[in-house]
Amino acid sequence: MTETGRQSAPEEDPTAAVAQQEQLPPDERTTIAEYARGWWQGVRAGDLGSLPIVVGLLLITVIFTYLNERFLSSINFVNLITQTSPLAIIAIGIVFVLVIAEVDLSVGYLSGVSAVLLARFLGEEQWPWFAAVLAVLAVGAFVGFVQGWLVAKIGLPSLIVTLGGLVGLNGLVLIFIGGRGTIVVQNDVIIDISNRYLPNVLSYVVVVVCAVLFAAYQLLRRQRRLKARLTPTPTVIIAIRVAALLAIGLAAVTFAARSRGIPVVGLLLLILLVVFTMVLQRTSFGRHVYAVGGNPEAARRAGINVDRVRIACFMISGTMASLGGIVLASRLRSVDTGAGGGQIELNAIAAAVIGGTSLFGGRGRISAALLGALVIMGVDNGMGLLGLSSGAKFVVTAVVLLAAVLVDSVARRGRTRSGMA
Amino acid sequence: MVSGERLSTAVTEGTEAPLLELRGVSKRFGAVQALAGVDLTLHRNEVVALVGDNGAGKSTLIKGVAGIHPFDEGEIWFEGERVQINGPADSAALGIEVVYQDLALADNLDAVQNMYLGREVKSSLGFLDEERMERAAGDTMRDLAVTTLGSVRQRVAALSGGQRQSVAVAKAVMWNSKVVILDEPTAALGVAQTRQVLDLVKRLGDQGLGVIVITHNLHDVFEVADRVAVLRLGQMVATFPADGTTQQEIVEAITAGELKEIPGMTTDKRAETA
Repeated sequence: MTETGRQSAPEEDPTAAVAQQEQLPPDERTTIAEYARGWWQGVRAGDLGSLPIVVGLLLITVIFTYLNERFLSSINFVNLITQTSPLAIIAIGIVFVLVIAEVDLSVGYLSGVSAVLLARFLGEEQWPWFAAVLAVLAVGAFVGFVQGWLVAKIGLPSLIVTLGGLVGLNGLVLIFIGGRGTIVVQNDVIIDISNRYLPNVLSYVVVVVCAVLFAAYQLLRRQRRLKARLTPTPTVIIAIRVAALLAIGLAAVTFAARSRGIPVVGLLLLILLVVFTMVLQRTSFGRHVYAVGGNPEAARRAGINVDRVRIACFMISGTMASLGGIVLASRLRSVDTGAGGGQIELNAIAAAVIGGTSLFGGRGRISAALLGALVIMGVDNGMGLLGLSSGAKFVVTAVVLLAAVLVDSVARRGRTRSGMA
Repeated sequence: MVSGERLSTAVTEGTEAPLLELRGVSKRFGAVQALAGVDLTLHRNEVVALVGDNGAGKSTLIKGVAGIHPFDEGEIWFEGERVQINGPADSAALGIEVVYQDLALADNLDAVQNMYLGREVKSSLGFLDEERMERAAGDTMRDLAVTTLGSVRQRVAALSGGQRQSVAVAKAVMWNSKVVILDEPTAALGVAQTRQVLDLVKRLGDQGLGVIVITHNLHDVFEVADRVAVLRLGQMVATFPADGTTQQEIVEAITAGELKEIPGMTTDKRAETA
């Protein structure tokens, strides 16, 4: 884009002018040095990206390993994946709702209801597993639809609607459990989700295939940019990204292989990550979600059906809550009257926020929600190894959440000042 | 009492049919007659400044053309043919685009994403064709000679007021629009940014579009307008060619232009100045 030149118009705010002059936007960086400099300037200006999460995860690992060296063991790593997956799945759904500047407090007990229904369909009704799973997912989508409709068409505040959902679904958990007390899940396929592990060879193959596909995708995009006469991503940068992905993936699989290997649910998470990232970043629906979150009036005037986008986001949140419930039932192998409890919804929102999703809408990424879930469950796991009481765990989790929001707040002030909010 | 002069449009422009012509349009909101018998003509390659005091009916007139509050009476002619504008889709289909005062941009998206909002281009697989959109957006900015934007991939929140206005105008112009209406485009801008936007408006006129600019700022009027249309209390009281009038004359028309009918009073016939 060198033809347009980059003159700076006299700005009212000199710091903004300086920030704009110094920082090359992503599509004009052509060397590693420029990328690195651009990234560092972004950080100084407040655009931290995934930096807080990564730093946070490192801190957590260091602190908890110091306190109990079992934290950084293969067996704990594998356990962590299984423990994190229900929360991560629910957090993925919540990202959609948060991006449109709404909230869904019902996801916790919706996952509970889903788990109970699944257990009953499989046990008492003897349905095949795919029928039970589909039915439960449909329930989640339906609950999401009802809540989304109330928010979008009637105009009720989502906080109140989903709070009502939370209470009502809690009641439904108790009603559906009835006098049974505990319902055991015995279906092998369902149990396998959380308790079966991929053969290590398969895990390695998956990592390599992912790296290859990722590289192919990046190169394809680069080709298209060249064809459109735009500045392409340098091949060096692509190589670094692919290498990093490969390294992290192989390291994770190798580490897990020393214990039981990657659980099946890990593969499920990977698939969900890829699919939903594509939906949010590469489809017009995803674009509309960001627009409705950023400026609903602008979206409306652009011809976007804002109501339909809102309802769709709540349906996604509901469906993912149900899926999270299925995975949780798989892990616990039973459901009881406490299903859906334990502040899952607050943890899911916290995970998304820690990962960088704004509560005010317009910002959020799927990968960040996964990392945020890892932070929350990592802290929980670490404290469990230390034998801390429930009370202590709650307090620590609260501190972590506040720290994350504080970092994001300070960063946002920096971003506003340099015009990147 | 000062009377404004109404010039025949045949004198100011050539013999080509006007791009947009409003004949005797009226709009009433309950007991309030917001517009009464307004005539307005717009030609290709022409910038018309629509001026008037608060409450004169400028926004109502624009919203009628845009289809948001369709007119109660009167005729709309577009490129020599009678048309009906009953909703925003009708005006968009004709090629009429409006840049509202609040710009309607999403701050969390970049310029390309805003310009293509609601009209995203997809590749054969159904995913967004980012490269094509970025190329086209960059070309549009280049064609409009917007040099101060730098990258079309900057978040709109990071742009200055003038740059945001440029993005909003580019968004309106990208879609084979024939008529572009701007509502107070420089109201919130500083001196340098106002300059940017006015240059852009002039260029739009040069490129064959018809432009209507609503403004309070008489300095802007003399910068860009070919003609000035003055509304007062819902009536078109005067039309001047920009280089044939003075600020004084326009102000007098805005504040005391002669009305065909006084709201709330039945009048005997006043002599119409032809």
